[in-house]
Amino acid sequence: MKTTAQETPSKRPVYVELDDVWVAYDGKWILKSIILQCYAGEIFGIVGPNGGGKTTLLNVILGLVRPAKGRVKLFDQPPGTNSRLDIGYLPQISRADRSFPVTVLDVVMMGLYSKLGFFNRPDRQSKEIAMNQLSQVHMEDYATRPFGILSGGQQQRVNIARALVSKPKLLILDEPSTGVDSVAQEDFYELLAKLRDEQGISVVMVSHDIGMMTSHADRVACLNTQLHYHGEPDSCFIPDVQEKVYGKDMKVMVHDSKCVTCFHRHEDHD
Amino acid sequence: MIEIFRFEFMQNAFMAGMMLSLVLAVVSFFVVLRRLSFIGVGVAHSAFGGVALGALLGISPTLTAIGFAVAVANAIGYIGKQGKLSTDTAIGIFFSLAMALGVIFIGMSEQYNVDLFGYLFGNILAITRTDLVIIAVLGTLVLASIFIFFKELLFVAYDREVALVSGMPVTFLDHFFLTILALAVVISMKIIGIVLVSALLVIPGAAAAQITRRYVSMIAVAVVVALISTIGGLFISYYADLASGATIVTLASAIFFITFAASQIRK
Repeated sequence: MKTTAQETPSKRPVYVELDDVWVAYDGKWILKSIILQCYAGEIFGIVGPNGGGKTTLLNVILGLVRPAKGRVKLFDQPPGTNSRLDIGYLPQISRADRSFPVTVLDVVMMGLYSKLGFFNRPDRQSKEIAMNQLSQVHMEDYATRPFGILSGGQQQRVNIARALVSKPKLLILDEPSTGVDSVAQEDFYELLAKLRDEQGISVVMVSHDIGMMTSHADRVACLNTQLHYHGEPDSCFIPDVQEKVYGKDMKVMVHDSKCVTCFHRHEDHD
Repeated sequence: MIEIFRFEFMQNAFMAGMMLSLVLAVVSFFVVLRRLSFIGVGVAHSAFGGVALGALLGISPTLTAIGFAVAVANAIGYIGKQGKLSTDTAIGIFFSLAMALGVIFIGMSEQYNVDLFGYLFGNILAITRTDLVIIAVLGTLVLASIFIFFKELLFVAYDREVALVSGMPVTFLDHFFLTILALAVVISMKIIGIVLVSALLVIPGAAAAQITRRYVSMIAVAVVVALISTIGGLFISYYADLASGATIVTLASAIFFITFAASQIRK
């Protein structure tokens, strides 16, 4: 399913569509004229400096921030409570209180609460679904442990199980590399690729970690108030674009075959 | 029957104490996990304005206190949500405003037959059969609503952001819990007192958190701590001739320090 230069992704359904989206906060533009499309079955990475509007962009997609101008569509509908049931969200690690009295299984079950609806309690079946999801991320042996004692990488795997347990079509990840060691990161991105390939799940993730994004995303956009490029990972490193996003003194230190090659392939909407 | 239970007011006090223990312990579980203890203090003090208004108008102080506490709790929640002012600041303002109004109402009131000191610090003699009915009805309402929305309240307490994204009505749940908190405060004020009740909105949950890392056992431990504090506190206050509310809170604090020390040693 990985998007290649030969295959146009546009034949697949569009899960996320932002059309000329502008967002202001306290009289300052945080996002300007954002045009973005994320297709079914692709990993879409957004990189950019802190304060460049990455989290705001995610909040727009999630429907938590309403743009001043422009149009947002999720699964061909305006974002709202219904479309949220099809979204799995992985927040930055370590936001939640480590001493909170929940087990690993409790945390995964929370991912089912919204689908269960009011008045319904999680039953044996929900427990089984949650356990299956835990084994998919190889954390089933930790089910009864307190969540707070796990390492950063383990917590991330449990949180991704929570995001996946309601069988979403789209995963939204905020800085997935924060607080996770590099071995755990590799495992994590492998899992994302597997979900994309086997279940056709789409992933939208933001990070300031360019290296991780370029090696694991199918397409990468660079965001600093505006989306500076919208295409394949490598093309983020056109020196001109890179300078606009990160400033003059930024040095690229990505050592793989795709690194710093300067070709520019336009998508049809660019 | 032992001597203490010969008096009807003591029977009432014990029954009220047991019911309140259950209510306050469950509420304190969420207060501690959501770090709302200062809101608890603010809401409790705001009930004073309501009691004084009841005295001024000559109607049931419990009724007016409910109105005041629920309104203040939700106003604090609303202002905190607008983002321009921290919740902490909103509490600071409303808490003193409600107290100030209380003092003004008392000044305007011609009658002095309402025991304001009793409302502030608790008065064991004040619990009537009517109060018992009010505590039973409102206490059941509080516990039943927490039971019904338990999974939602737990999710929002644990991870607000993810709960919101997954489609939980977070704003509704916030105001819902603040309303419950206000009701719990009002039914406790006669026996424990407005000034002291905020302690029982925190201590049972805090002590339980020292002992266990599972939420079901944390609620159970909180209930036990609250029961020992109120029942034990009532006994001590009767035999040692001490103020009931203050004795209950002192005993609860002692239990907290023991659990805290135990958890430190276990580390």
